[in-house]
Amino acid sequence: MQAGLLSTLIWLPIVGGVLVLALGDSRIALARWVALATAVASFLLSLPLYMGFDTSTAAFQFVEQMPWIPAFNASYHLGVDGIALPLVLLTTFVTIPVVIAGWTVIEKRPAQYFAAFLIMEGLMVGVFSALDALLFYFFWEAMLIPMFLIIGIWGGPRRVYATLKFFLYTFLGSVFMLVALIYMYLQAGSYDIVALQELPLGFDEQFWIFLAFFAAFAVKIPMFPVHTWLPDAHVEAPTGGSVVLAAIMLKMGGYGFLRFALPIAPDAARELDTLVIALSLVAVVYIGFVALVQTDMKKLIAYSSIAHMGFVTLGCFLAFDIATGTGSLAGAGMGIDGAMVQMVSHGLISAAMFLCVGVMYDRLHSREISAYGGVINRMPMFGAFMVLFAMANSGLPGTSGFVGEFLVIIASFKANFWYAFLAATTLILGAAYTLWLVKRVIFGPVGNVHVATLEDLNGREFFVLAVLAAGVLLLGLWPAPLLEVMQPSVQHLVEQIVTSKLP
Amino acid sequence: MSMNPSVLLTIALLPLAAAIVAGLFGKWIGRTAAHVVTIAAVGAAFVLSARVAWQLISGEVQVFNDTVYTWLVSDGVRMEVGFLIDELSVLMMCVVTFVSFCVHVYTIGYMHEDPGYQRFFAYISLFTFAMLMLVMSNNFMQLFFGWEAVGVVSYLLIGFWYTKPSAIFANLKAFLVNRVGDFGFVLGIAAVVYYTGSLDYRDAFAAAPQLAQTGYALTSSLEVSAITLICICLFIGAMGKSAQVPLHVWLPDSMEGPTPISALIHAATMVTAGIFMVARFSPLFEHSEAALSFVLVVGGTTALFMGFLGIVNNDIKRVVAYSTLSQLGYMTVALGASAYGAAIFHLMTHAFFKALLFLAAGSVIIGMHHEQDMRKMGGLGKLMPITAVTCWIGALALIGTPFLSGFYSKDFIIEAVHESTRWGATYAYWCVLLGVFVTAFYTFRMVFMTFHGKPRWHDADPHGEDGHGHGDHDHHGHGGGTPHESPWVVTLPLVLLAIPSLAIGYLTVEPVLFGGYFGQAIQVLEVNDVLAELAGHFHDPASFALSAVGHPPLWLALSGVVAAWYLYLKNPAMSDRLAAFFAPLRRVLDNKYYFDWVNENVFAAGSRALGRLFWKAGDQALIDGALVNGSANLVGSLAGAVRRVQTGYLYSYAFWMMIGLAGLLAWFLLLS
Repeated sequence: MQAGLLSTLIWLPIVGGVLVLALGDSRIALARWVALATAVASFLLSLPLYMGFDTSTAAFQFVEQMPWIPAFNASYHLGVDGIALPLVLLTTFVTIPVVIAGWTVIEKRPAQYFAAFLIMEGLMVGVFSALDALLFYFFWEAMLIPMFLIIGIWGGPRRVYATLKFFLYTFLGSVFMLVALIYMYLQAGSYDIVALQELPLGFDEQFWIFLAFFAAFAVKIPMFPVHTWLPDAHVEAPTGGSVVLAAIMLKMGGYGFLRFALPIAPDAARELDTLVIALSLVAVVYIGFVALVQTDMKKLIAYSSIAHMGFVTLGCFLAFDIATGTGSLAGAGMGIDGAMVQMVSHGLISAAMFLCVGVMYDRLHSREISAYGGVINRMPMFGAFMVLFAMANSGLPGTSGFVGEFLVIIASFKANFWYAFLAATTLILGAAYTLWLVKRVIFGPVGNVHVATLEDLNGREFFVLAVLAAGVLLLGLWPAPLLEVMQPSVQHLVEQIVTSKLP
Repeated sequence: MSMNPSVLLTIALLPLAAAIVAGLFGKWIGRTAAHVVTIAAVGAAFVLSARVAWQLISGEVQVFNDTVYTWLVSDGVRMEVGFLIDELSVLMMCVVTFVSFCVHVYTIGYMHEDPGYQRFFAYISLFTFAMLMLVMSNNFMQLFFGWEAVGVVSYLLIGFWYTKPSAIFANLKAFLVNRVGDFGFVLGIAAVVYYTGSLDYRDAFAAAPQLAQTGYALTSSLEVSAITLICICLFIGAMGKSAQVPLHVWLPDSMEGPTPISALIHAATMVTAGIFMVARFSPLFEHSEAALSFVLVVGGTTALFMGFLGIVNNDIKRVVAYSTLSQLGYMTVALGASAYGAAIFHLMTHAFFKALLFLAAGSVIIGMHHEQDMRKMGGLGKLMPITAVTCWIGALALIGTPFLSGFYSKDFIIEAVHESTRWGATYAYWCVLLGVFVTAFYTFRMVFMTFHGKPRWHDADPHGEDGHGHGDHDHHGHGGGTPHESPWVVTLPLVLLAIPSLAIGYLTVEPVLFGGYFGQAIQVLEVNDVLAELAGHFHDPASFALSAVGHPPLWLALSGVVAAWYLYLKNPAMSDRLAAFFAPLRRVLDNKYYFDWVNENVFAAGSRALGRLFWKAGDQALIDGALVNGSANLVGSLAGAVRRVQTGYLYSYAFWMMIGLAGLLAWFLLLS
């Protein structure tokens, strides 16, 4: 059972996706159920990963390895540690609501829609479980194709502009990463990620390699100032596309920092950490203000995502300042813990927020805040969910949104009071843009005749939001299991990144 | 013997369970079941709290301090949910559950026509749970949990009537202003973890003396004492929740919520969380003179200047709200003078008489068919006798009438700050002393305008014939019908609250303030212990009350009442002349010192302007326009050309590309 589990999680959705594609729009009823069965089966199969995970070691588990391209010494090498596992679970979990949410809403080429998401699921699991850098790169790039299609086919009126912008940005970043990977392959003679992490590199080499990774991951997560593709992509993407984009794809950037940039180029990271921290804090403060004035709900949530991702990059890069400032490593792990929890939590909350917007968009076909008002009068159940997720988005204790931000703020205080000061402004800004949105959309008297016709959630929508709400609350009330899974891997990572590679 | 943790859990979780039942299943179980289940749960929580309190005070059980469950462990720092049940927490638990119980009962009457009946009960039960978690906590994180949770319920309740624009403006404002306080609170917590590596009160308290010797460099040239940094950050949190100047602006607006919650949340319990917090952290604050001076000045300012605003307001609820602000200022002054016991004592007596005043105001509002303007009231005393009598009791307690509860708690605050030699104490002393006159004045202005004098509720009839006397036969003044006394579910809580308002001060002042009631729960350094100094002059509550004739506060209060009587009953024309004479001053008061104006026009508008600037100039013009456009346009046109060639085939092509890639990968795998 253990062996092949990760492969199953990668290939099952892809095979399921091909099957859905083969069934086609003419047999859409069956195709839908196949899609749902595949998504549920993938999620259920990912649970043994968690159950069987040994939380006492930082070593990779569920490892599979076989030769792939012998000419390049690249192998099909899979495995997860405490950093990858939560993201794999997040991926398999989030795909289910995406499939259900698209159930009858998608009218154009529905079979292809479901197929694209299933195939993407497999590829994303591949990204998080690849232990061979070339394999990682393969999944990383392949995953762009279904997302490109999702925005390009089912997107809004400016979808062509948005897809191209999205592609341009991410491709440009990735190309630098490929160059760095090839350079290191030439040094190490292997694409094995662990080997690359252990590869001794001089400072200049590290510097350029770090910048190459930075280009790829900063775009993906995204960081200021390479974030402008995200609001456009979100606005044009269909609901499911936005959900996957926000919930999972952004996390690849954070994962990349933790898996590649930090352990492979620790000395360069130490040199450049102030830059990364500064950009992260800009994301929290500057983007917070930008989010405040958005008139389009999806754009607002997209900007909110960027601000929340600022906490991820901030948490990842605190270790160096903490080590020099306090002379000990206590707290460095907390920053990374916080970053990880923030990624998982944002996966759930942003998914829920985009689904909420989707629920409204499906009814009134507008994303403009001004097109709504007093929605709760007609949709009380929906209003309750929306308020819950908005509270989670503003970091309310008891919801998952609090955990990561709290840990990162505490850790950043250890690095520098002013980091914590600026990071903590999210308490005000996050609440301001999220709850102002709620005030204008959900509360108040019925805004117009269209709002007056709204129908409350149907069973499917209720189920999807309820599942996400349960996740948000569970993670907020009892995050210990998640932290426990991560602990050895995070400690190992902290040791890696504070150990100089320089001779 | 030690306390039974499952009893403690039951106390906290009963209201939560009831809230879930009433909130999620309210539609199915119906209105009666919703209030039965929540009232039963809160009532049981009160009984159990009282029992625990009795066991603790009688020495039957020890102070409880233990973990319930581990929330998470990160990097060796354990974050836990746990209870610290000592003399301070049991007092708070009893006050919270008792007032909450009264408010639950009252709500049956107040909200009986409201379609959101079950939802309301669910919220107030949830609030009780959150408040209990706050006061029972043994660590900073859970305190913050409860802190935010009560804030959310307050947000939901202020905006309970969500179609009312003023209500949803007020709840957003309340949440955001509180978040400004929480911003400081979180930094304070982070500072505690930085120095102690723990979130436990115990560890932080143990480290306090040493932190007083430690410096923290905020910038290369500015170094502050670590304990001062921690205490001021934490106190900023308290300023938000307990509505101290300048973070007080949300409390008057919170009156948009239904009256029961104004009594429960915005008078008796939630707003006192900040007072409780500072008292709980007395072992920390004691080591920072600077922080305590800051507390004194903020408290004194709030006590006096918010009282002035009560004088000019005509909304009965808002007058009580400004009174609450002012009384919170008194408590804060007591904290700043190291008289934590006096602050908590005033918190307790205030909880009873202020809840009483709010509920009485609510009763008047029901009687007046949802009219809140005191200018349209008058002469209600005869029509609403129970409300009027209980309101008089509350008012007398508030202004510090000897023997009544407010007398003891307020007088000792004034005495304590008089004894204090801390920087800022003189200022605070004059503020609280003058505040006595102001309190008596606005309180009895309200009482006289509402219950006495000529009835003015005929004036506001639909025919617009105001300013003239009407015949007594015209009783269709406002909303139809003569004002009437409220039903028993409304008046019973008034009576229940009137009893402690009368007697609790007399009965408990000696043990609570001078009998070492708080034990180790409150720690005061010997040099700061002003209450110990006062203990020398105190013999028994009766003789202390009699000795009041020799002290200024009694005479100030009396002159306040007389002034209110003269200006609002005897010679109302005089009050108009005074208002005209002090017109510029009046304008400042009417505009509430322009705090709202500044918040609205500088902070809110400024943030929006900044956001637009960043968005338009930064994101759109600079990043997208200058950096991305060129390349994007280039690629865009290229891609456009390619796309034309491929039209109709692109999608299937891409799918085949994916399948091909997957197949290629599989092929490599099988081959090797």
